[in-house]
Amino acid sequence: MAALSPGNQGVRLAVRYLVLILIALIFIFPLLFMLMNSLKPTEQLLADTSSLRAFLPVGDLSLDNYVDAFKRAPVGTFVFNSVLVTGVTVIASLFICSLAAFSFVFLDWVGRGILLSIILATLIIPFETIAIPLLLIVSKLPWFGLNGLEIGWLNTYRVQIIPWIADGLTIFLFVQYFKDLPSELVEAARVEGASWWQVYRRVIMPLSGPVLATGAILKFLVMYNQYLWPLIVVQEESYRPVMVGLGYFFQLNVAWGEVMAYLSLITLPVLAFYLALQRAFIASIASTGVKG
Amino acid sequence: MRKLALLAGTIFIGLAHGASAETALKMWYHGAGNEVESKLINQIVADFNASQDDWSVSLESFPQGAYNDSVVAAALAGNLPDILDVDGPVMPNWAWAGYLQPLPIDESVIADFLPGPKGYWDGKLYSVGLWDAAVALVTRKSILEKYGIRTPTLDKPWTGAEFNEILAKLKASGDFEYPLDLGMAWTGEWYPYAFSPLLQSFGGDIVDRDTYASADGKLNGDAALAFGEWWQSLFKDGMTPGTSQDPADRDNGFNEGKYAIAWNGNWAATGMLKVYGDDLLFLPAPDFGSGPKIGAASWQFGVSSASKHPDGAAAFIEFALQDKYLAAFSDGIGLIPATPTAAAMTENYKEGGPLAVFFDLSKAQAVLRPVTPGYVVQAKVFEKAMADIANGADVADTLDAAVDEIDSDIEKNQGYGHQS
Amino acid sequence: MASRLTTSNRAGWGFAIPGFALIAIFIVLPFFFAFGLSLTDQRLVSPNPTRYVGLDNYRELLDVTVITLEPQRDEAGELIRDEDGNLEYPKVRDITRSDDYPQYSGMREWFRWQSGQNAKVVIASDVVFMKALVNTLVFVMVVAPVQAGLALVLALLINQRIRGINIFRTIYFMPVVVSIVVVSLLWRFIYSGNDGLLNNLLDALTFGAWQPIDWLGNPSTALGSIMAMSIWQAVGFHMVIWLSGLQTISPTLYEAATIEGASGWQTFRYVTWPGLRNTAVLILIVITMQAFAVFAQINVMTSGGPLDSTQTLVFQAVVRGYGKQDISGGATISVILFLLVLSISLLQRWLTRDRR
Repeated sequence: MAALSPGNQGVRLAVRYLVLILIALIFIFPLLFMLMNSLKPTEQLLADTSSLRAFLPVGDLSLDNYVDAFKRAPVGTFVFNSVLVTGVTVIASLFICSLAAFSFVFLDWVGRGILLSIILATLIIPFETIAIPLLLIVSKLPWFGLNGLEIGWLNTYRVQIIPWIADGLTIFLFVQYFKDLPSELVEAARVEGASWWQVYRRVIMPLSGPVLATGAILKFLVMYNQYLWPLIVVQEESYRPVMVGLGYFFQLNVAWGEVMAYLSLITLPVLAFYLALQRAFIASIASTGVKG
Repeated sequence: MRKLALLAGTIFIGLAHGASAETALKMWYHGAGNEVESKLINQIVADFNASQDDWSVSLESFPQGAYNDSVVAAALAGNLPDILDVDGPVMPNWAWAGYLQPLPIDESVIADFLPGPKGYWDGKLYSVGLWDAAVALVTRKSILEKYGIRTPTLDKPWTGAEFNEILAKLKASGDFEYPLDLGMAWTGEWYPYAFSPLLQSFGGDIVDRDTYASADGKLNGDAALAFGEWWQSLFKDGMTPGTSQDPADRDNGFNEGKYAIAWNGNWAATGMLKVYGDDLLFLPAPDFGSGPKIGAASWQFGVSSASKHPDGAAAFIEFALQDKYLAAFSDGIGLIPATPTAAAMTENYKEGGPLAVFFDLSKAQAVLRPVTPGYVVQAKVFEKAMADIANGADVADTLDAAVDEIDSDIEKNQGYGHQS
Repeated sequence: MASRLTTSNRAGWGFAIPGFALIAIFIVLPFFFAFGLSLTDQRLVSPNPTRYVGLDNYRELLDVTVITLEPQRDEAGELIRDEDGNLEYPKVRDITRSDDYPQYSGMREWFRWQSGQNAKVVIASDVVFMKALVNTLVFVMVVAPVQAGLALVLALLINQRIRGINIFRTIYFMPVVVSIVVVSLLWRFIYSGNDGLLNNLLDALTFGAWQPIDWLGNPSTALGSIMAMSIWQAVGFHMVIWLSGLQTISPTLYEAATIEGASGWQTFRYVTWPGLRNTAVLILIVITMQAFAVFAQINVMTSGGPLDSTQTLVFQAVVRGYGKQDISGGATISVILFLLVLSISLLQRWLTRDRR
């Protein structure tokens, strides 16, 4: 490195940026396509799709599509439902799954191997293939609520949340990460007399920033994009999430402008979540640097 | 937002009235996201609730694309409402499965209804629609004149040979991207609804309607093979866009002049009228030998088997069948009103109205899709066969495979309850 | 490994049980339910009583056999040739639909090859399922390695410490943020046959020499187009996982490598890659699972067509279970898929096992 002249370094840097920018172009276009087209009337949008005009803010631009989208569907309700369901599930999932993974990696107990194998095997089951049996199960499950005992979970938030809290992938994610953590930390804490809960809470979790962020993103995307499940367990508009709401826009003569406006609106929370998480994620890495 | 307020209002009224011994009825409808339709159906519900003190209907709307799946899921989970909205050809399936109960209304109410909106299964009335839908060949007078093409009539439609010549002539002119648009972009129910009548005009059918026990000889007989070869030729010769047609082209291609003739439904007619006005022509289906045919039946109302108050549900449905609502729906979304008296009250279907021809088409040519619980599966099989043949699959093999699949499905369902 | 573990049955079970119980109720139980359905003739919508049918559903999906067709001869016993000089064979449908061969009834040609003068024809009782199986395997075998590899390259690229790198990281992640359903809708515009953006772009790049391709409408390009889009959509996600692995490798190791004068490749080979071992296993498994479950793209973009070139197992399971109300048939496909993936992942684990 030292041998390079400053001029050479400048060229290298420029090349690096050029590569980064070229790749960025490949990845950014769906969002540009969505945002730009959400500002155009449908006729112009359709005429523009065949050229690069589709990615440029040109022509007759307005926010009409957004106004119309709100007229067509209770967009606010849908986004609220999705954010609520997603938020609660993500938090619960990170807690329950990391706790289980902690137990699988750091503790030795009877049945550990077989339970982990079962959990990993569930990774292979595509949700579409168990949706109907699961529907029959949740429609018979009891719940103790404010009105006493109720049977059936349909048309609630809990039916959209509880079945999704634990999953093999998230547990596996934590397991793989925990395996890389230095076990001396755990042993040292145990020697000092910390309970297992304290080890989990005060030793492992503070080191888990990156995996918590990854797990959160993963779960967030799965939950926010739910379609089939809410479609079959929710019949009331007041509990509908965003992807089911997308169906409101596919009428005869699809108003693509409104579709793009709606898509832009529902993508905003995901983007905000990712950006927020990325900051936390980087901060956590800067403060740990744990692996050796 | 207004819709939500209205909905909230309806529910609120329902609750308030609930105190005064009104019985609450739930109703599901497929029109979520369609502002005009939502407004109309909400109006009917509000009028009904205001008109009497026994029942109070509350409405839940679903996006159309997800409606059938939602209903099936709800039925499995034991969560059906009182009043269901059901697509005509699907009704026998739901009736057979026990989702619906026979509709207890006096049949004199629907005496002068078109045949399409009346849903019978196993000899009993299960559902009634406020409207029917129809398909026509849509083109422009100026095109027919320019290329010296005869204007067909209900009594003397184009013959199959004539139709093929016309397409060839239009193709040769080079003035259009495609002479014909069949709407291949509209996957789903459009295929059996719009294309099985063409097969019937050749003399074939999706299933043998005498027994409903097999498709053998109907879907793969000589007539069906002739239809299949013709169907494939349309795509091979570049007469019509194939399965990868852009949905936007289906919606706007005819209006932009890309296609000379479109095989399209009356619900799309209002948009076309806006573009072409008096130049627009709605023509009857061609006659391929067994008479010109188009599909019948659209969305209808029925009473779910879960309802403890079929009398209340029937009262609502009867209330909705008034001519003024039939006319309002027709004016709002362009559908064919179910009665002549309602037709007379509408903009488009009154005597001399721009779409009046559809009323006659519906009366003269409309054929119901096979009235069997198995139709739901048969429609999917037919759709795939049409797509495969369009994409160049061997006609005889494809139709054989479709017949095998339909027959095996009928067998697995123990004949779908037809008496043989 | 064993040394770090401390025996504690109470805490172990206590910590693991909430997660395990939820998985047992909401995933394992319904799956056993589905397995039970696959042994019956249960329909999604039907008043008929359910009957136990044993392995009939499996047989209907998996039955495959080979028949030999001899070329046709005229009355003199001479081989009949068509205009191009090719031999002519009897039609398969004349055999499968003939009463003389009840064992082949309902079967259809899957593919054939030439063996001397005879044609060997593989006939299957469910050709669509077979095509879905093959397509799914192709999808997995292409998408898994390509996506994992590209994601690693991107992660290495994005792991530089230069100004503005966070912006690029965010942009590369963008397609992941947009749901696959939405992305599929957008790409339909791009792949459009006559006037799509991709064709126009290639046309411009080749100065007009490009012949437009109907990407999704052509059986030979449809699956490839969907694979390309799928890789593009999800690569950012796996980049992030690689990245979280990369960033936990201690900087002191890199410093040591630099001091010892290691080349870029050597640093990757001896420092980076060993540090990514657990991440690599994770990514490989995650991608494989996701690829096997491919559904939404197919549903939005092609519905399995043209000519079954994009049928996949999960798509078929859904089409049958919901669309065609054959819930037991759909369940059977899921069980077969489960067993298939289970055997593959056991193999994968065996191949990537610790050899130390």
